[in-house]
Amino acid sequence: MNAPAWNPAIEFMEREALERLQLANLRKTIAAALKTPFYQRRLAEVGLTCPEDITSLRDVRNLPYTTKDDLREAYPDGLLAVDREQVVRLHTSSGTTGMPTVIYHTQRDLDSWTELVARCIVATGATRRDVFQNMTNYGLFTGGLGLHYGAERVGMLVIPVSSGNTSRQIQLMRNFQTSIVHATPSYLLHLQSALAGAGVAPGQLSLRKAFIGAEPHSEEIRRKIENLFGIEAYNSYGLSEMNGPGVAFECIYKTGLHLWEDAYILEIINPQTLQPLAEGETGEIVMTTLQRQATPLLRYRTRDLSHWVGGHCPCGRGHRRLARIKGRSDDMLIINGVNVFPSQIEDVLMKTPEVGANYLIQLEKRGSLDRLVVKTEIDARLFTGDSDTLDELRERISELLRSAILVKPVVELNEPGSLPVSEGKAQRVVDLRPAF
Amino acid sequence: MTEQISIFIDNKPGRLNAVTAILQEREIDIRAMTTANHRGYGVAKLLVSDPHLAHQSLIEQGFAAALQPVLAVVIADRPGGLHDLLEGLAERQINVLNAYGFVIAPGQSAVWCLEVADLAQTARLVEARGWRVLKESELYRLPSSFSL
Repeated sequence: MNAPAWNPAIEFMEREALERLQLANLRKTIAAALKTPFYQRRLAEVGLTCPEDITSLRDVRNLPYTTKDDLREAYPDGLLAVDREQVVRLHTSSGTTGMPTVIYHTQRDLDSWTELVARCIVATGATRRDVFQNMTNYGLFTGGLGLHYGAERVGMLVIPVSSGNTSRQIQLMRNFQTSIVHATPSYLLHLQSALAGAGVAPGQLSLRKAFIGAEPHSEEIRRKIENLFGIEAYNSYGLSEMNGPGVAFECIYKTGLHLWEDAYILEIINPQTLQPLAEGETGEIVMTTLQRQATPLLRYRTRDLSHWVGGHCPCGRGHRRLARIKGRSDDMLIINGVNVFPSQIEDVLMKTPEVGANYLIQLEKRGSLDRLVVKTEIDARLFTGDSDTLDELRERISELLRSAILVKPVVELNEPGSLPVSEGKAQRVVDLRPAF
Repeated sequence: MTEQISIFIDNKPGRLNAVTAILQEREIDIRAMTTANHRGYGVAKLLVSDPHLAHQSLIEQGFAAALQPVLAVVIADRPGGLHDLLEGLAERQINVLNAYGFVIAPGQSAVWCLEVADLAQTARLVEARGWRVLKESELYRLPSSFSL
């Protein structure tokens, strides 16, 4: 147990004690959930009316599932379990059909989220002497603020630069001897080529670690980042419904992502049969919050695919490990770390009368970054021969998409009838990015 | 008024060819044409012997095509021939949007086709200055030369 840890008492807790804590926290969560109209109804359906009805951790399997659709239907406050005055922050994410979802936080919720992120950070060997440059988006996206407060809690010097503006990122890294960065893997690869272009050798920087997340990536990509920069890179997992980053993280041994089991109960299920899967079997991650007051969630279906890693980690933590995320059980696309559903793109196109019903979403790699190409067909009846009108149309679609999905696409106009006719959203997506 | 046919085409090999194949089949003659690239798509503009038939045939084949009025002005085919006309337009602050031209009789006459915002007003101005604006019937049955 000589691995670095932020909260050794919890992190190295014996399994039995950890499970007792989980059970106590699960009862509290049920009590909180029963304050919401949504869960009152759902829990009554399975005959659960009070927290004492839960007698063992196995009872979690009798709880109802919660889906993204449920969150959308409960929007804005059908899942709020505390008085509004107790809420100090909210994060929303855009839903698949334009209807957003919301997660509320009390001050205690934010404190426990921050605590989890601090554990993640220290588990990688980072200390208060590090300079932390946060290259992920701040705002409603949870990646920026989540790591920000965790890093401050640890006591690092935090540079809240947010994403993009690569030349400023490089300048800040050089001026303040940044030792740790947080970014998507694809952005780090992009940053590396920008550094090379600016004639900056990695050895001239003070960088020693990177936290990478928000998009699925392979072990090869991690190694590539580590070798290009000469640093250690640690995989981070989180999702806005479960706070954001800080759900699971790699420790110095990098043998899988430790999931904080005092904060979450995690199950892996077969997404078709909904049956629980054995250790090592890949399925959908389902999570129950154990510490949240404002928005408790029971058996939330994340749609992320992974499996439990067996055995014990040399670090000594009893919190079990998840394998890196393998993909999705739905059609969600991850474009430069931003989650996008094809239906969001379809919605924008269907509201634009100048383009036909047929479209194609193409994902490409340009350098290290993802590029979204949206191919549409013009409506023959509305063609006047004027190319200015077409260029304005292309610009308008691009802007509508950017504000709907937060990714700026390349919009292509095509001849009527030129795109392949297909049924179903998935067939309209062509992913040309190399498999990870 | 003279009409040109504008056609939206994917900027890909074989697409322009698909247009000329239709015109050939309908025995439509091309007097002049221009095509411009707009980042991935193109707009081809053609003066043809039968614009209405061309338009109908292209639409039937699924093309986005439109008839657009243009001004076809006869100019002298000699150094400065176009400049004389443009000077008149510049004086009146008339902006040319798209244009292309072709020679009828080398050393004698040529036709310049232009798109402008106010076609009728420009036609009156040009004619008042002594240029000849071709009527549809003239353009589609071109003589070997025009007297200027």
